[in-house]
Amino acid sequence: MAPVISAKNVWKLFGPDPERYLRSMPEGYGFDDIRADGYIAGVRDVSVDVTEGEMLVIMGLSGSGKSTLVRCFSRLHDITGGTIEVGGQDIMSLAEKELIELRRSKMGMVFQSFGLLPHRTVLENVAFPLEMRGQDKHTRRDRALEVVRLVGLEGREDYFPRELSGGQQQRVGIARSLAIEPDIWFLDEPFSALDPLIRREMQDEFLRLQEMLGKTIVFITHDFDEALRLADRIAIMKDGAIEQCDTPDEIVMYPATEYVRKFTEDIDKARVVHARGLSKPVNGVAPEGAPVDGKATIQDLARQLIDETREAIPVADGSGNVIGVMQRSDALDLLLGGA
Amino acid sequence: MAVTHPSDVGVPGHEGARRDPVLLALLGTAFVIILFHAIGLLPLWLHRIPEALIPPTAEVLDVVFAFVQNDLGLIHITRFIAEGPLEFLLDATANLLYGKRRWPMLGPIPWTAIAAAAAVLGYYLGGWKMALLAGGTFIWTALIGQWDDAMETMSVLVVAAPIAFLMGLLLGIAAWKYAWVDTAIKPILSVLQTLPFFTYLLPAVIFFKVGPTAGAVATIIYAIPPMILMTTLGLKKVSPEVVEAGKMSGCTRWQMLTRVYLPAARTELLVGVNQVIMLCLAMVVLTAFIGMPGLGAKLLAMMGSFKLGRSFEIGVTIVLFAIMLDRMSKAWVVKQPEHHEKGTPWWQQHIFLLVGLAGFVVFYVIAQFVDVFAEIGRRQSFSKGKEFDVAIKSFLAIDAVNAVTEWLRWFLNVKVLIPFRNSLLWIPTPAFILLVTALAYWLGGRKPAIYGFAFFTLVALSGWWDRSVITLYTVISAVIISMLIGIPLGVFAARSERWSSRILLACDTAQTFPSFIYLIPAIMLFGVNDVAVVFAIVIFTTVPLTRYTIEGLRTVPPEITEAADMSGATRRQKLWTVQLPMALPTMAVGFNQAIMFAFFMVIIAAFIGTQDLGQELQRTLAGTELGKNIVLGLNVSLMALTFDLAVMAWTEKQKKALGLA
Ligand SMILES: Nc1ncnc2c1ncn2[C@@H]1O[C@H](COP(=O)(O)OP(=O)(O)O)[C@@H](O)[C@H]1O
Ligand SMILES: [Mg+2]
Repeated sequence: MAPVISAKNVWKLFGPDPERYLRSMPEGYGFDDIRADGYIAGVRDVSVDVTEGEMLVIMGLSGSGKSTLVRCFSRLHDITGGTIEVGGQDIMSLAEKELIELRRSKMGMVFQSFGLLPHRTVLENVAFPLEMRGQDKHTRRDRALEVVRLVGLEGREDYFPRELSGGQQQRVGIARSLAIEPDIWFLDEPFSALDPLIRREMQDEFLRLQEMLGKTIVFITHDFDEALRLADRIAIMKDGAIEQCDTPDEIVMYPATEYVRKFTEDIDKARVVHARGLSKPVNGVAPEGAPVDGKATIQDLARQLIDETREAIPVADGSGNVIGVMQRSDALDLLLGGA
Repeated sequence: MAVTHPSDVGVPGHEGARRDPVLLALLGTAFVIILFHAIGLLPLWLHRIPEALIPPTAEVLDVVFAFVQNDLGLIHITRFIAEGPLEFLLDATANLLYGKRRWPMLGPIPWTAIAAAAAVLGYYLGGWKMALLAGGTFIWTALIGQWDDAMETMSVLVVAAPIAFLMGLLLGIAAWKYAWVDTAIKPILSVLQTLPFFTYLLPAVIFFKVGPTAGAVATIIYAIPPMILMTTLGLKKVSPEVVEAGKMSGCTRWQMLTRVYLPAARTELLVGVNQVIMLCLAMVVLTAFIGMPGLGAKLLAMMGSFKLGRSFEIGVTIVLFAIMLDRMSKAWVVKQPEHHEKGTPWWQQHIFLLVGLAGFVVFYVIAQFVDVFAEIGRRQSFSKGKEFDVAIKSFLAIDAVNAVTEWLRWFLNVKVLIPFRNSLLWIPTPAFILLVTALAYWLGGRKPAIYGFAFFTLVALSGWWDRSVITLYTVISAVIISMLIGIPLGVFAARSERWSSRILLACDTAQTFPSFIYLIPAIMLFGVNDVAVVFAIVIFTTVPLTRYTIEGLRTVPPEITEAADMSGATRRQKLWTVQLPMALPTMAVGFNQAIMFAFFMVIIAAFIGTQDLGQELQRTLAGTELGKNIVLGLNVSLMALTFDLAVMAWTEKQKKALGLA
């Protein structure tokens, strides 16, 4: 399947004349070298593909370039080097009109600090993108009411942003991006201001939407638990570069760099790694007995693993076909933290 | 320049200034010239630039203007605007407000109807107090018998202010969007803001024909600059994420501007509206000098014939209008849109509009049957002008009062002002220029010094040196006197929260008054002479000095004063070694504003009778000497800019040195 977003060697530098600087920059220059020259590397040589229906979660410390990368995807920033294709089209080559069309029809974004229009009510904020698309008043009002209800702000439709709490404002931002049902969704720490209960609800809502509608989502978060709940793949960024981009299982089991290893150190791996992540292909020996579900985490299987008598446990995919075997000792090591 | 610095302890930045070779060279040369002059050895051409060497700037300008005006046909365009749309609007408002016989032939609107509508608007914006202020102002105006004059003034204001707002907005947007517009506009704005208002008036008269149109044009141009500044400021402050949210919603450029940027910059734009209104009011009153009828003209006439009681009443009316317009527009800035609970009926959502309309209509109808509700005639008014006159005159005639004012007048004139003026006039031109340059260098460094040198040389070459020096002398005297009053007052007030807020409120209010008003007490107390001029400027300039002294002192970080307390400093030590040095940059802003105000006021004071540039400027208004008018105006502007640049550069430097910037 062709990727929805395809970034190749993307650079984004901030400074007086970034294009020229990048052209003359010596090979292998790091973040600090660049800063010493008076430039800030927001994104450094990032190549990543996002496939349709995938949820890519970007993680990293604050200032590592997560927001900048996403802004490059939506061309809120013009990139300094490399190419970004969205739906097979180089977005840097788009004319203003085409770009507006692309954003109106395909993209939605939730901003870290909400970006609500201060002079508009909740309902008017949510209806804003619909208004820009030229929808008539009634249709957009109905639609806006629907999503306002979805994010639980019923009864606050006529409030102004300044009359809402941070969490409520954030939900307005989410509702605004939901209103147009974008194919590609950029979410910059969309749940950061929500309290845990609502946060959980919103995550579920997102998972449901993605399952149902098959949206492509790029999701930024600080919170590893959130990432694990949502991600198909996780990209970990540091100083503008992607250190590793892989499934959660791979990232915790096989960290590509020292930085990623440190980053994932404190995670309870049994909660992350799935049975299919530990399974090895069957070679010759037919597996015995009932298989376990490949999508179950090791923690889900804890009781069974302890009671288990077989050393090699067959693992099956969603439709019951055996895809490999998992060694019980490997799984127990992971569970007991010995791995 | 023997000014000793208030604190060499706390303020860094001037170490070694005394040994700076450039400064020494400037001062040295100046003193050598002065010395030669003192012993009578200076050649005459070094004392004043000989007539023959003065370029005929005014004549050249006249030729250029004549060319632009007639040969390029600019006059047709401006006259077309003046006689077409602008005059049409002015006629329409004139008809509505005071019944001038023009389209739409509906006016005059009864005063009671206007007062009622204003009171409701006041209530909507700021509750009972504002309703009282708004309604009360109109009622006072009607009862005191100044309705028609006030409405003549208002009829220009209601046209000029929206136009100035729109033009300022458009220029502001352009300056924000295109860097080159910004670069081009900036210097023009700073000149415009220092140009004396007489220089706005004559071109307006020539290009836009005498009467309300010229007045409106001068008013509009005068009020545009702050709107430009506030617009760019507001647009620059819109949060980047709001902008990005707009972009991601697929806004076109036009949609971005009208639905994202402008609404999000609402607060700054409304502050701009406030400033536009206040400047328009100040200027509309001053257009009396080109014969525009209204409150200003009435005031001018009354002061001219020394009818102090009536002048005072008109003054009160103008002040009331100023306060009302200022408070109402500020209330609008603060007022945020409010949501109505769901299911609120239509009439309830628009209750104020409906009540206002109802009040308007009710009084309009009553006025058709009861005359006093429509108009209060001369005889019926409650004006106590004559009685007031008698009272003021008998007060001033009391021996003790008379003795004090007489003595003050004598002392200031004979002992202070005239000697000071004569010594300034005695200094040879080149030495004077060098001294000014040295001052600018000492304060602001190289750039202000170069500008100061160039600007004052231009002034010398304009052929109006003596009058410029007299203007400068008046400004300096007045500012020094107001420093002696304003700074101690500020220091005193800053000691308590209560007094600070009281005096700040008084300053705020005083700053909204059209400058013209300040002439009234001056003439009342001192009659028509130099002392009255200086006095008028002093009251006007004490306001910013006091205000910024208080603000400067109150914003000294508490940790710093606490540190001083812990070191066992006495109150006086703390003030001199800690608070004043820290407050100095802010106070300098006030000082700068005081100088700018003084330059503004000194020109208005020409009305009282001066021998400076203002007097000449006022004379040009009667004729068509546009070139001379502009040269005189630019002289004032150049001198003011020199101080502005030097003081502001000093402020920046100090702020940086103190880590306040
Ligand atoms: N518009 C900008 N101008 C200059 N530097 C920027 C700009 N936007 C972001 N940066 C810098 O780029 C780096 C990455 O920022 P950001 O993408 O916001 O980080 P994150 O979202 O991961 O916290 C930071 O060092 C930040 O200071
Ligand atoms: Mg961020």
